[in-house]
Amino acid sequence: MIDYSTLKIIWWILVGILLIGFAIMDGHDMGVGTLLPFVGKTDLERRVVINTVGPHWEGNQVWFITGGGAIFAAWPVVYATAFSGFYWALLAVLWALFLRPVGFDYRSKIHNSTWRSVWDWGLFIGGAVPPLIFGVAFGNLLEGVPFQFDSYMVSTYSGSFWQLLNPFALLAGVVSSTMITMQGGAYLAHRTEGEIQRRTIIGAIGAALLMVLAFVAAGIWLQFIPGYRITSVMDTGALADPMNKTVIRESGAWMVNYGKQPLLWLLPAIAVAGALVTAALLVARRTLAGFVTSSLALVGVIGTAGASMFPFLMPSSSMPGASLTLWDSVSSHLTLGIMFWATVIFMPLILFYTSWAYRVMRGKVTVEHIQANEHSAY
Amino acid sequence: MISEQLVDLSRLQFAATALYHFLFVPLTLGMVWLLLIMESVYVMTGKVIWRDMTQFWGKLFGINFALGVTTGITLEFQFGTNWAYYSHYVGDIFGAPLAIEGLMAFFLESTLIGLFFFGWSRLSKPKHLLVTMLMAIGTNLSALWILIANGWMQNPVGAEFSYQTMRMEMIDFWAVVFNPDAQAKFVHTVSAGYLTGSMFVLSISSWYLLRKRDVEFAKRSFGVAAAFGLASALSVIVLGDESGYTVGEAQQTKMAAIEAMWQTKPAPAGLTLIAGINETEQKNDWEVEIPWVMGLIGTRSVTRQIPGINDIKIKNHERVTNGIIAVKALEALRQNRNDVQALSTFNATKADLGFGLLLKRYVSDMAQVTPALIDRAVNDTIPRVVPMFWGFRIMVVLGFAMLALFGLAFFSTIKVAQEKKPWLLKWALWMLPAPWIACELGWFVAEYGRQPWTIYGVLPTHLSVSTLSVNSLYGSLAGFIGFYTILLVVEMYLMIRFAKQGPGSLGTGRYAFEAMNHEAANGTGEKK
Repeated sequence: MIDYSTLKIIWWILVGILLIGFAIMDGHDMGVGTLLPFVGKTDLERRVVINTVGPHWEGNQVWFITGGGAIFAAWPVVYATAFSGFYWALLAVLWALFLRPVGFDYRSKIHNSTWRSVWDWGLFIGGAVPPLIFGVAFGNLLEGVPFQFDSYMVSTYSGSFWQLLNPFALLAGVVSSTMITMQGGAYLAHRTEGEIQRRTIIGAIGAALLMVLAFVAAGIWLQFIPGYRITSVMDTGALADPMNKTVIRESGAWMVNYGKQPLLWLLPAIAVAGALVTAALLVARRTLAGFVTSSLALVGVIGTAGASMFPFLMPSSSMPGASLTLWDSVSSHLTLGIMFWATVIFMPLILFYTSWAYRVMRGKVTVEHIQANEHSAY
Repeated sequence: MISEQLVDLSRLQFAATALYHFLFVPLTLGMVWLLLIMESVYVMTGKVIWRDMTQFWGKLFGINFALGVTTGITLEFQFGTNWAYYSHYVGDIFGAPLAIEGLMAFFLESTLIGLFFFGWSRLSKPKHLLVTMLMAIGTNLSALWILIANGWMQNPVGAEFSYQTMRMEMIDFWAVVFNPDAQAKFVHTVSAGYLTGSMFVLSISSWYLLRKRDVEFAKRSFGVAAAFGLASALSVIVLGDESGYTVGEAQQTKMAAIEAMWQTKPAPAGLTLIAGINETEQKNDWEVEIPWVMGLIGTRSVTRQIPGINDIKIKNHERVTNGIIAVKALEALRQNRNDVQALSTFNATKADLGFGLLLKRYVSDMAQVTPALIDRAVNDTIPRVVPMFWGFRIMVVLGFAMLALFGLAFFSTIKVAQEKKPWLLKWALWMLPAPWIACELGWFVAEYGRQPWTIYGVLPTHLSVSTLSVNSLYGSLAGFIGFYTILLVVEMYLMIRFAKQGPGSLGTGRYAFEAMNHEAANGTGEKK
């Protein structure tokens, strides 16, 4: 069996991969949802847009569900503390997501323009709200979250929903929103043609440039935000007890890892370069390459956040010693091991049949295609 | 201490969201197999009517599936939002099956459902059939892992408490997977789903037959549903009896409440058919009993006794008393991990830790426990009898009524006489709500009967909640109920509309009511 410290690191990487998988796959659906009301002017055009993701959004959404399940299994105390603390934020995400299954499946079943328009805006909310809130949540993680534990490990959160919406976190929300819109735009451009494609490319380029600005601004801001640093010696192989360390808050702490390991600068560099190259490729109508570079940009953005905070997962601003880290907020050795093997076995299978599904459904979705499949298309 | 109101509201929200979810799940579980049967016949015979059947019933399946997904999202996250202490305390065990469900089953089902709907013209017949089959397998595996998680809540095997991490930790994964409660629940629940799917197709087909429209389509659908439904009805009853047996082993309390067995009866105990339950005096004013049957179901023997509520309470009194010692020792250990004295006391009593924690509902300091409080905690260990007793009985009666219906439906299918028996068709139509009522009641009996625990014998419900404000709960509960109800109304509207229009909604030109498509397309339909 792999030793406990190594498994803890592996799980930090695996959750990172799941988050990135979620951003790339469910992200492009959500980006398409965000663009839907703006790039599709008529009902037929909107059906084209919807049907580019129609056969796939359901599978892609499982990245979100499985991400939640994996955090539950690997970092139960993070799952418990984050989701109960961010109660209303998470409910807003869930309620926005409710609009997607019904939006996709029910929208075109009734021929009525009001009905369809309502569901189009539902799909917009379901696409635009979750990435915004995830970004805001990440911003708050970087700032630290006010929670504490008692001796029974009961967590209490002493902040409010409105406190989450502070300027830095909102900027992080803009980074997240724009990167997901860029991702959806690159995908949609690849699957459409003509006027829809033209409008989509304009939107995606705008999102990419805005993302670069917001990402760089957030990076500069981060220098002035107090980060967190463990001051006691961490026994990385120890049982998971988040109360058994000392932590201080200090300015520049989130930059320490970059000083120790300069190669990490590649991550923000990939984020910026990926977005800029995506914009350039989309101008040249190189849509598939644009989707790949956009996905790389997401890896860069999420990687940057992870690398800055390592080994922290959820720092506590009100009881810094109780901050959750990848060393002390994990499941038992046995559970981490079992879940590692489950992931190693099933993740390649998932990637296999997902790519097969995309291959079967490949090609441009056109207005003619929708007209020919009036009763079966979304 | 945690406010009772917060606990009640959290429970209500979980119950409401789970029961809503469970309106859609059983139909999905059953219909995937019916779709697979219909499509298999299409691939084998090449008769296009069977493809039309797959596509039309698939359309209704899709309308239902959308809300299954919508309401399912909540459940994956609600343990974290509203049951944070539960998630911390048992996440090491409970999180694993949920995550594996996503990786092994839900990904498969959800990725392939897109190809099921949109892959007809892009896949060869056998490949499309393979997609349908894998979708069906994914759906059922999904239920397996969820019920492994749920089974562990009823019978927490393969795990041990750790005072260092202050939570339950897994020690034997395979014990969790092969938990007899989980396996019995799985087969009983999926059979109930198959029955629900069969009832749905049987009822709607009967309606077409009563109206004498799309007769060839409806007769075939009726036949498939009758055959599959008969097998499902038999299996749901037989396997329900099997889950009665495991309940008897792991959760005698639930069994005693279901049977309103206040006193232990000499073996083999009789089965109480109906009774006038007097909850305040803890007795039945009258009862109608069949001798022997209960003992056979519960113990598979004629000599072993099934304990009544009185004996369970006596045993629990001991466990609560012992549990107080465990809680005190644990609290000492949390202050000083090297307290050897406390550790040895704790190790001797930790099996009853959960029972000690029951008192946390009334006092935070174990030094303040009085004998009266211990009695209250012991009384809490028995769920209320009336809802358990009658909930169970209504479920069983509905189960047998459906068995009879499917038996007759199957018989008339063999004799190709479906249309000639309007009384049978009407019966089938009016029975449409029956599987849903039975499923919801079954879920209720299983989960309400587990009270006062979230994890039986390990973690009391009132300790499991997130420390949220009562106002947050009022807000979210209202939001969930409002949102779900609107979506349910929309779903029912679409379901009824497409069921009424029938296979004509496929736009193939082969069925009745094709005109509705054109009316709708021209904007002159019923929906303006």
